[in-house]
Amino acid sequence: MSADIGTLSLMTRNDKDPGVAAGAVSVRGLVKHYGDTKALDGVDLDVRQGTVMGVLGPNGAGKTTLVRILSTLLTPTAGHATVAGYDVIRQPRQLRRVIGLTGQYASVDEKLPGWENLYLIGRLLDLPRKEARARADELLERFSLTDAARRPAATYSGGMRRRLDLAASMIGRPSVLFLDEPTTGLDPRTRNEVWDEVKRLVGDGVTVLLTTQYMEEAEQLAGELTVVDRGKVIASGGIEELKAKVGGRTLRVRPADPLQLRPLAAALDTLGITGLATTTVDTERGAVLVPVLSDEQLTAVVGAVTARGITLSSISTELPSLDEVFLSLTGHRASAPQDVVPAETHEEVVAV
Amino acid sequence: MSATTMTTDPRADARIPLRAHLRHTGALVRRNLLWIRQDPESMFDAVLFPIVFTLLFVYVFGGSIGQSLGGGQDAYVQYIVPGLMAMMGMNMAQGVGTGFNQDFNTGVMDRFRSLPIGRGSVLFAKISVEMVRMLIATAILMVVGVLVGFDINNWPGLFAAVGLSAVFGSALMWIFLTLGVVMKNAQSVQAMGFLVLMPLQFGSSIFAPTQSMPGWLESFTQVNPLSALADAARGLMVGGPVAHDLWMTLAWSVGITAVMAPVAIHKFRTKS
Repeated sequence: MSADIGTLSLMTRNDKDPGVAAGAVSVRGLVKHYGDTKALDGVDLDVRQGTVMGVLGPNGAGKTTLVRILSTLLTPTAGHATVAGYDVIRQPRQLRRVIGLTGQYASVDEKLPGWENLYLIGRLLDLPRKEARARADELLERFSLTDAARRPAATYSGGMRRRLDLAASMIGRPSVLFLDEPTTGLDPRTRNEVWDEVKRLVGDGVTVLLTTQYMEEAEQLAGELTVVDRGKVIASGGIEELKAKVGGRTLRVRPADPLQLRPLAAALDTLGITGLATTTVDTERGAVLVPVLSDEQLTAVVGAVTARGITLSSISTELPSLDEVFLSLTGHRASAPQDVVPAETHEEVVAV
Repeated sequence: MSATTMTTDPRADARIPLRAHLRHTGALVRRNLLWIRQDPESMFDAVLFPIVFTLLFVYVFGGSIGQSLGGGQDAYVQYIVPGLMAMMGMNMAQGVGTGFNQDFNTGVMDRFRSLPIGRGSVLFAKISVEMVRMLIATAILMVVGVLVGFDINNWPGLFAAVGLSAVFGSALMWIFLTLGVVMKNAQSVQAMGFLVLMPLQFGSSIFAPTQSMPGWLESFTQVNPLSALADAARGLMVGGPVAHDLWMTLAWSVGITAVMAPVAIHKFRTKS
C-alpha cells in the first residue's frame, strides 16, 4: 500500500504530534469513506501561516473532500485536522469564524444583487449594519464589481461571479482561505484575473489552501505543493523541488516553414535528449516538442537548430501537464476515479 | 487531543446567543424577500391559486354539488372556501421544501454552512417567508370567497381555521423538507409533492362531500387527515361539530412531526 510512497523522500512528517506544531492548517491521517469508496485514505498535510499550499490532483483524487472536511461541511471517517488551531470536529463554530471558502461552483445567491450577497454574509458574520454596508462597498470596489453592485448575480459573467465569490469569502477577514478549483471552467483571460486577485490576498497575509488540476495554476500561486491521487498524498514539497523531480519543462519549437518540421525533429532526435518522454512532433500545430531537464539541454537544442540553419517562428517552454507529473510520480496517468476504485479495493483485500 | 491554544480568543465563544440567531434569521428573511422583489412572478402562485381554484370549483362544480348539499351554488361556496383554506398550509409546506432544494443545488447552502450560524436560521427564515406568502394567499382567498358569496359570520373561527391549516402545513413541511434535501431538483420535489398530495386532496372531503363516493373510497376519506382538516376548518368557519376533527388534525400533525422531523433533520445534517 505504501510501497510507492516510500520511494519518495518528500513526504510530510508523520511523527509530529498533532496540535503542537500546528501551522495554519494541520492534517493528520485524514480518512473519508463513502461506502467502499475511499475519497481520502490517510492524508497528512501542513500549511504554514501566510503561505499558499497547492493541492494538485486529477478529478476524484479527493481534493474537494479535503476542502469540505477542513471547512466543516463534512465529517471525516477517521483522523484529525485543525485550522488556525481549531479542531474541525470539536470546534466547528470557532473555526468557521476564521475561514473563507470559495467552492468549485460559485456559491453566491444568483437571485440577489452582488451588493446584497455581500451584505447578507456580513450580517451573518455578526457585523453591525453600518459595518456590513461599508464592507460590502469596500469589497465590491476592490474586486472591480462596483458597477454591477445592484444587478442580480445571475447576470454576471463567469469571472465576475468568481470574483464575487472571492469577495464573499473575504468579508469576515479570514486568516485561512480555501479555494477549491477557483478557475475551473474559466477562459484564460478570466483565469488570469482570478489569479491576480488571489495573489493580492496572499500579499495581505492570508493563508491559502488551493486545489487545482493545473500545474500552471499551482506554479502561479502556490509556494508549496501536495500532489494527491486516489485519496493519498503521493508527493509534497516546494514547487521548484517537485518541478525538478518531475522533469522540468517541455520545449515547443516551431519552424517558420512547416516543411522543415520533419528535418527539425530528426535533428533534435539525434541530440539524444530524453527527458521524461521522447521527442514528439505535433503536426497539427506544426511544432516539435522536446522534453528538457536542464538549461544545458535547452541550449543544446537551440545550438542544433542553428547548426542546421533552420529558421524558427517561435520557441517556448511549457510546464509539465498534470498527466506528465503523474506519469513521473506514479508511473501511471492521472486517471478517472471509476477506473481506480475497483483496483484499489482489490489491493486492499489482498493487503488485509 | 489537539491543544486549543486559542481559547483566550474572544471569538472562540462557541455558543450562538439567541439574539444572534434572531439577527441571522432576520438577515435571511431579507434575502428571501429580496427574491420576491427580484422575481415578482414567484408570488403568482400565492396570488392566483386562491382566485383560480375558488372560481373554478364554484362555477364548474358549484351547481351540481350544491344540490346534493341541499342548496345551490351558494351552499357549495360555504363548503369549498373552508376546504381551500385547509389547502393553504400544504402549499406553504411545498414552498419550503422546493425553496430548500434550490439552496442546496446552487451551492449557497455550502456557503451558509461554512459560516458560524445555526443551521436552523436558514430554515426559520424560509418558514417565516412562506408563512407570509400563505397569509397573503389566505387573505386573497377570503376576498374572492366573499365576492362569490361566502358569509363570514365567525371571525375567531376563521382565524382558528387559518391557524389549524398552518399547524398541519408545518407538520407536512417536514416531509417536503426531507424531499427537498434528498431529491435532485426543485421540479422533482414539486412533482413528487403533487403526486402524493393530489390523490390525498381529491380523496378527501376538501372539494366534495364523501357520502356519494364508493364505499372503499369513503372509508379512505374517513381516515384521510385532509378530511379531518377540511371538516375542522368548515366547523370553525361555518359552524357544526368541530371537536373530533380538530383533535384528529392535531393528532395527525403531532404524529407526522414526530416521525418526519427527525428524518428531515438527520438528512439535513448528514447532507454533504
